[in-house]
Amino acid sequence: MRASSLLMLLATTAVAVGCGGKKPPEEPEPQPAPAPAPAPAPPDDSAERERLEREAMAREAAERARVVAADLSAMINFDYDQAAVRSADEANLDRKSAILQANPNVRVTISGHADERGSDEYNLALGNRRAAAAKRHLQNKGVDGARLDVVSYGEERPLNPGHDEAAWAQNRRDDFQVTAGGSNLVAPQ
Amino acid sequence: MTRTLACLAALIASLPATSLRLAEAAAQDTSRVNEGVRVGLEYQPGLRPGLVVLPGPGLDSVRAIVRRDLDYSDRFEMLDAGTASTSGGATGTINYGIYKLMQAAFVVEFGAAPGGVIARLHDVAASRVRSQQVFALPPASDAGFRLEVHRISDEIARWATGTAGIAASRLLFVSGGRIYRIDSDGVDLFPLTPAGQTSLSPAWSADGRQFAYTQLGEGRGGVVIQSFSTGALLPVPGTQSALNITPAFSPDGKTIAYAHSDETGTDIFTASYSDRCCAQRLTVGRYADNLSATFSPDGRRIAFVSTRAGSPQVYVMAADGTDQELLAPFDFGATGASNAPEWSPDGANVVFHREVDRSQQLFLVDVAGRRLRQMTSAGRNEDATWAPDGRHLAFVSDRSGIRQLWIIDVETGRVRQLHTPGASRLPSWSRRLGRTAAASNP
Repeated sequence: MRASSLLMLLATTAVAVGCGGKKPPEEPEPQPAPAPAPAPAPPDDSAERERLEREAMAREAAERARVVAADLSAMINFDYDQAAVRSADEANLDRKSAILQANPNVRVTISGHADERGSDEYNLALGNRRAAAAKRHLQNKGVDGARLDVVSYGEERPLNPGHDEAAWAQNRRDDFQVTAGGSNLVAPQ
Repeated sequence: MTRTLACLAALIASLPATSLRLAEAAAQDTSRVNEGVRVGLEYQPGLRPGLVVLPGPGLDSVRAIVRRDLDYSDRFEMLDAGTASTSGGATGTINYGIYKLMQAAFVVEFGAAPGGVIARLHDVAASRVRSQQVFALPPASDAGFRLEVHRISDEIARWATGTAGIAASRLLFVSGGRIYRIDSDGVDLFPLTPAGQTSLSPAWSADGRQFAYTQLGEGRGGVVIQSFSTGALLPVPGTQSALNITPAFSPDGKTIAYAHSDETGTDIFTASYSDRCCAQRLTVGRYADNLSATFSPDGRRIAFVSTRAGSPQVYVMAADGTDQELLAPFDFGATGASNAPEWSPDGANVVFHREVDRSQQLFLVDVAGRRLRQMTSAGRNEDATWAPDGRHLAFVSDRSGIRQLWIIDVETGRVRQLHTPGASRLPSWSRRLGRTAAASNP
């Protein structure tokens, strides 16, 4: 009993302190009931129906573009001190290849990264090799290499600042950044 | 109680000099200092000559700097004479009997001289002055004062051992993306590159007047050469596209080697520094990496890292790129990655680090016999750089919990920290800095 009173007192104090001593906000005024929804448009109102359809299509297109953009920028990861594309990431790169061929104005910069376990300077070369490996994979699938830039950050830009296996696995990666033609992405057929 | 203490004090005072000396030696060789270090030689303090630096009236700062420099040279047992010491003053004669009892081989004495100090090295066994010289010294407030005192230390080491010390040298290193310079005794920290850009892999020119490094931009980077005295930047030919890393000057200063990374891999090039032209390709990687070139002191060979056999290992080639062969032996598929070689100033060894049990450890490979010697065993130890004497190495270690700079004496295994602010990496140690090279801060 005493304990709960004390808790209540503390809670009250905390509220008072938290609100800077001001009065608690007043109860909201009861709102008037929402106006009834407008009657559905008559079925013969074709202009309105077209507008709604256009809006729905635009939403779908935006959603598809979002998925396409996400596929295009999805990173791939690497085994320790390895620059070979893992088989699990081949589908990822194949989707990128199809997207790049459906969007011929898109340019992508591939940046290779390494975890902190390896040597600082060697990691710059390793990151470069990782980015180059993804580029070669995309070229082999028919993407023009001139649209793909290769850069490396070594271990200088970790995605996860941790110092454990999970962080390292995340940091051994290629990032894909669209540098041109990224608006109005279309999905591959 | 008081009487007991007095008796104890008297007992300590009456201890033979040998005991005092052993006590000091034991204090120096603490397990904490040598933690994580394994060397091929047993540490035998008795093999080093004992040395006393006498107090010099009005010269406390000079004495303190010199005493620490001689201690850091790891060539002497530093002995304390306490109040028993006597200075020879103008006569240059001291009571050699005291120092014979202490088993000191040398006594260093300072006296005031017009415009500077006179330093004397006494040979205790011969009961005479072995060497003495008047050194000009700027006022202690002068920016060049400490380096001048370091030169006195190095000369005293030369008088005593025949080999100059390494106190008049400096190191470059990277902290938070900036390159800093610091004296070999951890004083006079100075930033050389601006905040907000990532600068990596500083490398001294042999004459100490400039340094090369990589400016890492958006995943690309050029190699630039920066003058210490003016701060002026000079881009290295062939490094203004893609990514260019691990620069190294040739000993004659005419050539700079670097590694160029693009989508075909990473390869070593050299460019003429004096003519500012003509990048020459030394390796052909074909999707492998070749990097971290380091010249032999005669400039005729280059040790480097290559992934031609899969994992990075240390190779050697002629300075024109011919005669490429393995330098540091490894077992294919079993030996860990080996990186960051640096050729010793005497040409005998190449230091590098190798992955052992998922950490990095320092190794030496002797160039003639290709035998390996592991220098460290606990924690992560990497990116070593040679002191001008070829027996000390500065390296990066996480033994304190964060990556900081440490110095190991290859002969004794003694380790000390080079105190720098925060996490530090990629050190590069200068050669001995002459007066013309050691420009004051711009």
